[in-house]
Amino acid sequence: MSILINKDTRIVTQGITGNTGEFHTTQCLDYAFGKDCFVAGVTPGKEGQSVQGVPVLNTVAQAKEQHGVNASVIYVPPRFAAAAIDEAVDAELDLVICITEGIPVADMIKTRDRMRKMGSKTVLVGPNCPGVITPEEVKIGIMPGYIHKKGGIGVVSRSGTLTYEAVHQLTQLGMGQSTCVGIGGDPVNGMKHLDVLKMFNEDPETEAVVMCGEIGGTDEEECAAWIKENMTKPVAGFIAGVTAPPGKRMGHAGAIISGGQGTAQSKIDALRDAGVHVTVNPSEMGSTLKAAIAAG
Amino acid sequence: MNVHEYQGKEILRKYGVTTPRGIACFSVDEAVAAAAELGGSVWVVKAQIHAGGRGKGGGVKVATSPEQLREYADAILGMQLVTPQTGPEGKKVNRLYIEEGADIADELYIGALVDRETQKVVLMCSSEGGMDIEEVAEATPEKILKIYVDPTEGLNRDEAKDVCSKIGIPAVAVDEGADFLEGLYQAFVGSDASLAEINPLVVTGDNRVIALDAKFNIDSNALYRQPEIVAFRDLTEEDANEIEASKWGLSYISLDGNIGCLVNGAGLAMATMDIIQLYGGEPANFLDVGGGANKEQVTEAFKIMLANPKVEGILVNIFGGIMQCDVIAQGIVAAAQEVGLSVPLVVRLEGTNVEKGRAILDESDVKLQTATTMADAAEKIAAAVKA
Repeated sequence: MSILINKDTRIVTQGITGNTGEFHTTQCLDYAFGKDCFVAGVTPGKEGQSVQGVPVLNTVAQAKEQHGVNASVIYVPPRFAAAAIDEAVDAELDLVICITEGIPVADMIKTRDRMRKMGSKTVLVGPNCPGVITPEEVKIGIMPGYIHKKGGIGVVSRSGTLTYEAVHQLTQLGMGQSTCVGIGGDPVNGMKHLDVLKMFNEDPETEAVVMCGEIGGTDEEECAAWIKENMTKPVAGFIAGVTAPPGKRMGHAGAIISGGQGTAQSKIDALRDAGVHVTVNPSEMGSTLKAAIAAG
Repeated sequence: MNVHEYQGKEILRKYGVTTPRGIACFSVDEAVAAAAELGGSVWVVKAQIHAGGRGKGGGVKVATSPEQLREYADAILGMQLVTPQTGPEGKKVNRLYIEEGADIADELYIGALVDRETQKVVLMCSSEGGMDIEEVAEATPEKILKIYVDPTEGLNRDEAKDVCSKIGIPAVAVDEGADFLEGLYQAFVGSDASLAEINPLVVTGDNRVIALDAKFNIDSNALYRQPEIVAFRDLTEEDANEIEASKWGLSYISLDGNIGCLVNGAGLAMATMDIIQLYGGEPANFLDVGGGANKEQVTEAFKIMLANPKVEGILVNIFGGIMQCDVIAQGIVAAAQEVGLSVPLVVRLEGTNVEKGRAILDESDVKLQTATTMADAAEKIAAAVKA
């Protein structure tokens, strides 16, 4: 078991003929069951081509009809990316993972509103995220596959390389991962930390969770409230941005302290209050989880 | 991207929001001429800088004669204006805005921003105009009323009128208040704003509703479709290093410490700043070289960090995923040689091809220390800077 994706997931790459789409699809094909999982690509107007042996079609609907895809990964440029999400939602895929960074917030507001109003069941991860990986089964995204190891730790994070850091520490300590989910650094996105935590809590294979948050918004505070009442598994946490000054956007559009909200300290306090083992040392994410598991 | 008050008011007027008449000026003579053109007998001389709290720092003055206006314009233009938002060094005033005086009966507050939880634009409205809204939110949160705007339905007029009357707009002006909110919402959406703040919005003695101030922040991801707003960009208001960094696709923010840091990825970059502080150092900057940095970008990143005279040491922390450690190591060596590195350097590489990368660093002539973990790296650079 795992969450969101496994070796039976069938995936279409939207934007497969671009440099980024082709490069990462190649990497994903080479990882574990990738060649079984990545069955189609989409670039409008390029039907009939193939990329690394993966057939290219004009639309996501065709990919679903002809290849039975149930998930998509999006690498299309920012100004077209929200429309690409809309297309995947219209095709009623189960899961859409949008890697693209730099989508205007107004576009994402419209896309999310559209999803809500049509009662879409599609789960969106991202945008501006590294993707999702279920180690030794399938990787959908841009993370380096080899640092992961199959196991029982769920990882959820807003950031890319910080997630790799956490995963690397876990693997070094012999703790494999069930699924690692990068939810992305944008202010308006799909899955939140809380949505992923709930899935990990339900997943029989996940034994404990590492959660990497960062300044901005109140997602981590909402998680804390939920964890306190509902989470049955140990959680370790780290919040990036203790030293970030208010009002400055730290790379991620979502990583900004505004109006006194979204400080690292308020998140750390809330999570600790909920029983999460929070470390302020990013070198100790793995060992903190180990301690959390030992403490029960 | 930030814009000046007078530019924000241009955006507002385009969407039908009423503002006082005003003219932007770059010299004292222009300011005097602007007052004559506006007519009347009361003018406001307003410093144009990208920071709030200008009145508190002496950057906003009411003049009641042309002589007084000249005196104020002369004093404000070129001054180093210190406000609660500028930091102690202040900001130099290069532009003035001369505005007709307003007959203020009441001061209110309206702000628009994106609410992350509901994923909608929210209008925050308060009777407490002219104050720091964050203080109002802290002390009397019940005085802030919120309207969440449905992205397809738009602003609900009845709701807008209801909130207008609740924040103290007189019954006779409630319709005009609702128009104001509608205009502000349209301006926010139309300009791809991430923040629009009118503080204060005023009700005049003859019950008109006008924007006395305007603060806009624009979503930089959307600038490609906002050419008019791109033209508003005032580079003199921005940090020179941040501008240079953005030319190279680097995300850089100056901080106050003495340890420069170069990291790939925003989350890891913040975590690196945090761990530097945890080990007794102070980060001099946030610098994210992104996912696919090449040798040129790394070289530029070094130049930008070293341009800061406060920097006494540099920490490089790269988790190579797609970016390979050997390529980064070559970039670091080349950059250090090209810029003639004069401060201690600690490099921590992890990830793809890490052994090759470390070998390149070990074999180079560049004076540096390598580190295995983030903690090791932070400890080493903090010690090197103190030595």
